[in-house]
Amino acid sequence: MEITISIITGIMIIGALYAIHAKDLLSSVIACGIVGYSLVICFLLLKAPDLAIVQIVVDTITLIIMVAVVLDSSREEKYSSLDKQGYVNAITGFLFIVIFLWFFIASIQELDVLGKSTLRMAGPYIEGAAQKTGSANLVTGVVFDFRGYDTMGEAVVLVTAVLGVLTILRLKGKK
Amino acid sequence: MTLIVKKTTQLISGMIFMYGIYVIIHGHLTPGGGFAGGVIVAGSLILIMLAQGGDFLKLVKEEAGTTIVESLATLMVISIAAAGFLFGTHVFFNNFLPKGIVGQLVSAGVLPLYNIFVGTEVAASIFIIFLSLIIFKEESPQ
Repeated sequence: MEITISIITGIMIIGALYAIHAKDLLSSVIACGIVGYSLVICFLLLKAPDLAIVQIVVDTITLIIMVAVVLDSSREEKYSSLDKQGYVNAITGFLFIVIFLWFFIASIQELDVLGKSTLRMAGPYIEGAAQKTGSANLVTGVVFDFRGYDTMGEAVVLVTAVLGVLTILRLKGKK
Repeated sequence: MTLIVKKTTQLISGMIFMYGIYVIIHGHLTPGGGFAGGVIVAGSLILIMLAQGGDFLKLVKEEAGTTIVESLATLMVISIAAAGFLFGTHVFFNNFLPKGIVGQLVSAGVLPLYNIFVGTEVAASIFIIFLSLIIFKEESPQ
């Protein structure tokens, strides 16, 4: 299974690289879709159907909105030559890549093999969770019962995002 | 869009809507839940709007209504959570309703209620972002 996930991850990397370098913005958006839908297959292989359902639906709607935006504005990417500010940005980005890569390599040696380790809180959640919460789907039991504050925060974040969209995008004032 | 696309979306979008409601209501039994089902419901609405096209500026009334639905659903989630203070051990997010038999549709206390209201809120949020994107573009002076 690790080989399959490695191949899918390779396809995701190729799709992401193509999305950056494509001349046509529409094909770039479609290449972003490759990344999202490959992630769905990864979630299914790792036995997380809840996450897979959310990912496939959200990815589809994001793609629809992005394609609408691209068709509405322009399909050509506007290139501009690097000026002084551009060089500063490029050097800063490269430095951050080196720093993050170093921390990533240092931290990945402490981790266990993917899927082998269980977190300290996972054991008490699984033991008798169906009797404690009454829910046959363990994920819903954890999301709405044990981690209720998280879900409430997520709902409030969504409301705040909609308020921000309505406030920023409204060009014509309301009388 | 052409006639074929319009008729096909009219046939299909109702089924997608019902599937979203199924995912929301069975959230405590099968994979899925409030978030996934809400996005599916919003997707069916977006599908039929994109296919039919037409005059989007007439939808301002729907936009105001969707805002109210979204705010009320969020308020209901917080109210159910705060209702835990009234019964049993007085804590936030207390599961105060009877749990029932594991695996039945009416079971798990308040978890289905959370699923339904979170699903309503997510559907309204996604739909209102889409509505505002197209309405404000039509409104803006070129």
